[in-house]
Amino acid sequence: MKGKIVINQELCKGCELCIQFCPKQLITLSEKLNKAGYLPSEFKETKECTGCATCATVCPEVAIEVYRG
Amino acid sequence: MTGNAAIAEAAIRAGCQCYFGYPITPQTELTEYMAANLSRRPGCTFIQAESEIAAINMVLGASVTGARAMTSSSSPGMSLKQEAISYMAASQLPAVIVNMSRGGPGLGSIAAAQSDYFQSTRGGGHGDYRTIVLAPSSVQELADETHTAFDLADKYSIPVILLGDGMLGQMMEPVEFKHEAPAVPPVRPGGLRGATGRPSRFIRSFTSNPAELEELNWSLYRRYQQIQEKETSCEKFMTDDAQLIVTAFGIAARIARGAITNARALGMKVGMFRPVTLWPFPKDQLKELSKTAKYFLDFEMNMGQMIDDVKLSLEGSGDVTFYGRPGGVIPTSSEVLRVITRLYYQKGLNG
Amino acid sequence: MEKIFTRPKSLKNAVFHYCPGCGHSIVHRLICEIIDELNIQDKTIGVPPPGCSVFAYYYFDVDMIECPHGRGGAVATGIKRAAPDSVVFTYQGDGDLAAIGTAETLHAANRGENITAVFINNAVYGMTGGQMAPTTMLGMKTTTSPYGRDPEFDGHPIKMSEIIGQVEGACYVERVAVNTPANIRRAKRALKKAFQNQLDGKGYSLVEILSPCPTNWKMSPVDSWKWVDDVMSKKFPLGTIKDTTGKTHAD
Repeated sequence: MKGKIVINQELCKGCELCIQFCPKQLITLSEKLNKAGYLPSEFKETKECTGCATCATVCPEVAIEVYRG
Repeated sequence: MTGNAAIAEAAIRAGCQCYFGYPITPQTELTEYMAANLSRRPGCTFIQAESEIAAINMVLGASVTGARAMTSSSSPGMSLKQEAISYMAASQLPAVIVNMSRGGPGLGSIAAAQSDYFQSTRGGGHGDYRTIVLAPSSVQELADETHTAFDLADKYSIPVILLGDGMLGQMMEPVEFKHEAPAVPPVRPGGLRGATGRPSRFIRSFTSNPAELEELNWSLYRRYQQIQEKETSCEKFMTDDAQLIVTAFGIAARIARGAITNARALGMKVGMFRPVTLWPFPKDQLKELSKTAKYFLDFEMNMGQMIDDVKLSLEGSGDVTFYGRPGGVIPTSSEVLRVITRLYYQKGLNG
Repeated sequence: MEKIFTRPKSLKNAVFHYCPGCGHSIVHRLICEIIDELNIQDKTIGVPPPGCSVFAYYYFDVDMIECPHGRGGAVATGIKRAAPDSVVFTYQGDGDLAAIGTAETLHAANRGENITAVFINNAVYGMTGGQMAPTTMLGMKTTTSPYGRDPEFDGHPIKMSEIIGQVEGACYVERVAVNTPANIRRAKRALKKAFQNQLDGKGYSLVEILSPCPTNWKMSPVDSWKWVDDVMSKKFPLGTIKDTTGKTHAD
């Protein structure tokens, strides 16, 4: 099962919960501030993502869309 | 029937769908009448709420949906309702709130008094707002003004206070009801019942933007001006040639009427100006009377509340004396006659 | 690839004003997912409180009525009795539901009002800057318990779910949390059941949600989510307190 996520970095408030909870540690913190002044989360497309949607489940800002298949 | 029952029956006939109340002397019979008669009507709701606060908030909720909703209480319970009334004024939610007032302040007495005039007309809760206030003076008028209250509330999206007192509530007089109860209670268009076929809406009174709140206040103010222009109501009793005019509302006006009739029989030229709408106060009609009468006797069952509006209306063109009995004491009409007579002679009106 | 997670339809496209890591945002999304799944967007009326979630009407795309502090139980009663075909939910904080609104909460439950009460318990008064709440834990420092909550002066934290669970009109009371993926999924099931109960006419449902408040707990979002497990749920245990509906989550 392949998956990928798309993070809307402008909605992200840098709470780092997706980073904390991703079972495969595939999300990191960006080094570039977004317009709101947060350091948002960043996802590099990788074969490891299964589209489990854990990140989206814990994201308070509904900033993550998840694809699977 | 009694005043309390007449109000309840009139409300049912006006299409009141929801009544939420709490027992408090001297209006408990109104709540009980609703329990017996409203609860069984299809689509209608009676709840004895856990407090007067809960009752008025239930009215708020029911009013949001467009239903005609009502609560009733007496003075201490009205104090509890003030916050929600302020919210309803701000959110422009109609409702009918009945106050059968009693002696105060504090737990006070269970006898009739008129000491809630300020609370009713000055907007007893916080913020710049008004509610329409109707002050009937007989059981028939309680019934008629209850119907008017629902209509005015819906017409102007405003809470309306029906201000009675313990005596009006308990006394028994013949009543003629001019309306039949509708088979289905009316629902005001524009209520919130779920966003079917339209965008969702929200009703609120908070904003973090002062400019927005200012505009809300101004728009309420414009509506209040409209109401002041169109909805004042008063009774003039024997005022045409009167040299001394008694100003009184509610039960005090009933007592004064007897005294004035007797005064006339004794040759005194006395009349009465009785506002029915305490807000909007019929100030123009009162001011008009000062063209022909110079002396006014403001008679209230309190320590002087409506007298402020009397003086404001006259704008200095009248000599106003006050006579009042607070605390739930009911003055007699012979007592009032003595006061009228004394004043009439004191002011040299006997010629 | 198929998109399998997206913003629910009844959640407006607005940026949440809530703090990073705040539980409100999660619960708003869960309720909107449920409104979509149950297809009740055009029947739902929400009653949000004063507090951080006073702006709930910017997010929920359903009819909403702001109500005085604590009176959600009474306002919801009025709405539901006047318009019984609507789906009415209250959304209340711990001060709103368990301090100033205790009577209205208790009596709406007692009358078995057919409504859904969502109780956000974050152990503080958030919007006003972190004062002590009825659910503040012993020893917890807040701006009005600066030396830590002391039972001698401040009483103990109050377990509203257990209290409401004793009231006959309440058909379903469960305490959940939104601090881990598993808890969030369970919270959604509980909330969905609470809404379904209303559709089935079962009576009063209450879902208490332990919700992180990083700002007023003075922690990072990640730490605050841990604190719910490490500390809060020890005093406020998760689980079903009452269920007389005869149906499980899976039904």
